[in-house]
Amino acid sequence: MNHANPQINKHGELQHLITIEGLPREVIEHILDAARPFTELAGEEEKKLPLLRGKSVFNLFFENSTRTRTTFEIAAKRLSADVINLNINTSSTAKGETLLDTVDNLAAMQADMFVVRHAASGAPYLIAQHLAATGRNHISVVNAGDGRHAHPTQALLDMYTIRHYKRSFHDLTVAVVGDLLHSRVARSQIHALSILGVPEIRAIGPRTLMPAGVERMGVRVFNDMREGLKGVDVVMMLRLQNERMQGALLPSPQEYFKNYGLTPEKLALAKPDAIVMHPGPMNRGVEIDSAVADGGQAVILPQVTFGIAVRMAVMNMLAGN
Amino acid sequence: MKLQIRNGRLVDPASKTDRQADLFIADGRVAGIGRAPAGFDDQATVGTIDASGCVVCPGLVDISARLREPGYEYKATLESEMAAAVAGGVTSLACPPDTDPPLDEPGLVEMLIHRSRHLEFAKVYPMGALTVKLEGQYITEMAELSDAGCIAFSQANTTIVDTQVLLRAMQYAATFDYPVWLSAQDRYLAHNGVAHDGEVAARLGLAGIPVAAETIALATLLQLARETGVRLHIRHLSSAAAVEMVAGARAAGIAVTCDVAAHHLHLCDHDIGYFNPHAHLTPPLRSQRDREALRTGLANGTINAVCSDHTPVDDDAKQVPFAEAEPGATGLELLLPLTLKWGTEMKLPLSDTLSRITSAPARLLGIPAGRLAVGDPADVCVFDPEAEFRVSRESLRSQGKNTPFLGQLLRGRSRYTLIDGVLAHDGSWN
Repeated sequence: MNHANPQINKHGELQHLITIEGLPREVIEHILDAARPFTELAGEEEKKLPLLRGKSVFNLFFENSTRTRTTFEIAAKRLSADVINLNINTSSTAKGETLLDTVDNLAAMQADMFVVRHAASGAPYLIAQHLAATGRNHISVVNAGDGRHAHPTQALLDMYTIRHYKRSFHDLTVAVVGDLLHSRVARSQIHALSILGVPEIRAIGPRTLMPAGVERMGVRVFNDMREGLKGVDVVMMLRLQNERMQGALLPSPQEYFKNYGLTPEKLALAKPDAIVMHPGPMNRGVEIDSAVADGGQAVILPQVTFGIAVRMAVMNMLAGN
Repeated sequence: MKLQIRNGRLVDPASKTDRQADLFIADGRVAGIGRAPAGFDDQATVGTIDASGCVVCPGLVDISARLREPGYEYKATLESEMAAAVAGGVTSLACPPDTDPPLDEPGLVEMLIHRSRHLEFAKVYPMGALTVKLEGQYITEMAELSDAGCIAFSQANTTIVDTQVLLRAMQYAATFDYPVWLSAQDRYLAHNGVAHDGEVAARLGLAGIPVAAETIALATLLQLARETGVRLHIRHLSSAAAVEMVAGARAAGIAVTCDVAAHHLHLCDHDIGYFNPHAHLTPPLRSQRDREALRTGLANGTINAVCSDHTPVDDDAKQVPFAEAEPGATGLELLLPLTLKWGTEMKLPLSDTLSRITSAPARLLGIPAGRLAVGDPADVCVFDPEAEFRVSRESLRSQGKNTPFLGQLLRGRSRYTLIDGVLAHDGSWN
């Protein structure tokens, strides 16, 4: 049975970045430390570093995403890599090449790194295992979001943001708010917060949007947002997908906003210096009030900037630098 | 044609036999046990199998094995799967009707039986579809199908959502006393689900199937069985709650039987590991607590038998992300070792263990198999209980190489399998 963590090679080094779960604390801290100098590039005239010169990074997006793909593209280009973007339509009606056939073809084009987004949980593992089984261990896989499973670079940039504003993790109370059931971001955030030693992680949302057994991941569940926000240092909002907004999970966006939308009034229950984060794209008036999104406690745009630096650090590390 | 199996440990659960005894076979039937009957004096005319160090038991009866014909020959064929059956010591098997097209017409059933007889391997007992195309709308011509050779009626893994149809199907089957074999899974609660709705699914981001999907469907089936008096068999229990409900129903006088798939005796949702598609099964692997209840329920008789739920799947359908992978695992060759492993771990006498894959399933199917009394068909399995083998793509005869046990060492491969006194599998070269 495949119980060995496939993202760590036999020397204990990170070969791929597929999930935060099981990563040693030092590896996460190392990535956050390594990202720091890259954030300073933003102010420079010449933003490019030659660290990945001659390497080919393939952005393999089996699911639509403009933002994540763009930030990966910018990160790779700032490291001087050649970037190839592929948006692969995977509608079940258009039955075409299998996932692994696609991977084989691209690997044959001398790829060095695959940045993968896929609608199915676990797809990047499948790719990594296939590369290993076919003797192509030199190709790294970066998970840019798989189904509901993981979005490790998003969680890392979130940790970078928290550390930037809060300095340390060991005395924080952090709330993750919204649709945890369908959120790969939430799963990766919870693992990262817990590995970095955050003593209290709260999950806030209605029961229809909480995964079964989520407490076993080390979170305290609050169905009442006001209760859950009391005294927190960090509020991490999640995006509510359009298709979840009405039906059997939720009655309407209005009712959701009333109970779980982050308003200035609810935010006032958190610590006065609490920061508000969101992975984007935001639904204003559904999960977050514009007054909060544009307010002084929001750090949503710095998250985007840090995201490029963190992704540079991850790619650089996986390239063996 | 006379044959003697010498020096073996004869275990026949039906007669509670477990002793060193030779088995004598003449004209395809058991002719004597222990002492040679008349006609075995002239050794020159008698074939001999040396079973030293081996157990000699009735050929295994598997109540659920997919042979994939008709329709899925790219996954497996009758030839490949029946060779796998005898390699696993299985001499009789029942196949669910979820072929393509499903077994809902007598002609399909006759063809399947004809093809399987021609191969002279394991005896095949088809289950007919309870509803046309398994769609849960119109009942099939059950009497015609029964005449063609169907021994029971089933929906395989599908559910009859319309309870009116379910009631009528049970009433009609009960009219002719046909057994009905159904799975307990609520279609809506299981919708899109691919794993037990618990900690592992939460962590991996897999859509869950709650236990209530099983218990709600089971409650419906049990109530309608009480209403109609149909002989109901529940296929492949998965949860502790379901085991408890079956025990309760039986105590309340409902004639219900049930089985568990061999995988579910040993695995739980944690075995999904890093999205291992071979652990994508129907019903889903549930929690450790559920697994313990299945193991105990089988030991105390609440669960009547073990089956392989043999489902050969082609590599293409498994080498995809977990949720997209076709559920199922190959199992005919693992039924014996996995059941022996369960029996050893539960510290049961060998005869009790073997009854779950011989006499008990034969009784469930109502077929003359699974026992070795004088006059019975000489369907025999001879295996070395100590010999280990590694489960690998190469060691499996089945065309399906899909099993979560790949790479594991197990005990209990058939050395010789006889069907009607004819050697159908000789694994002595291993």
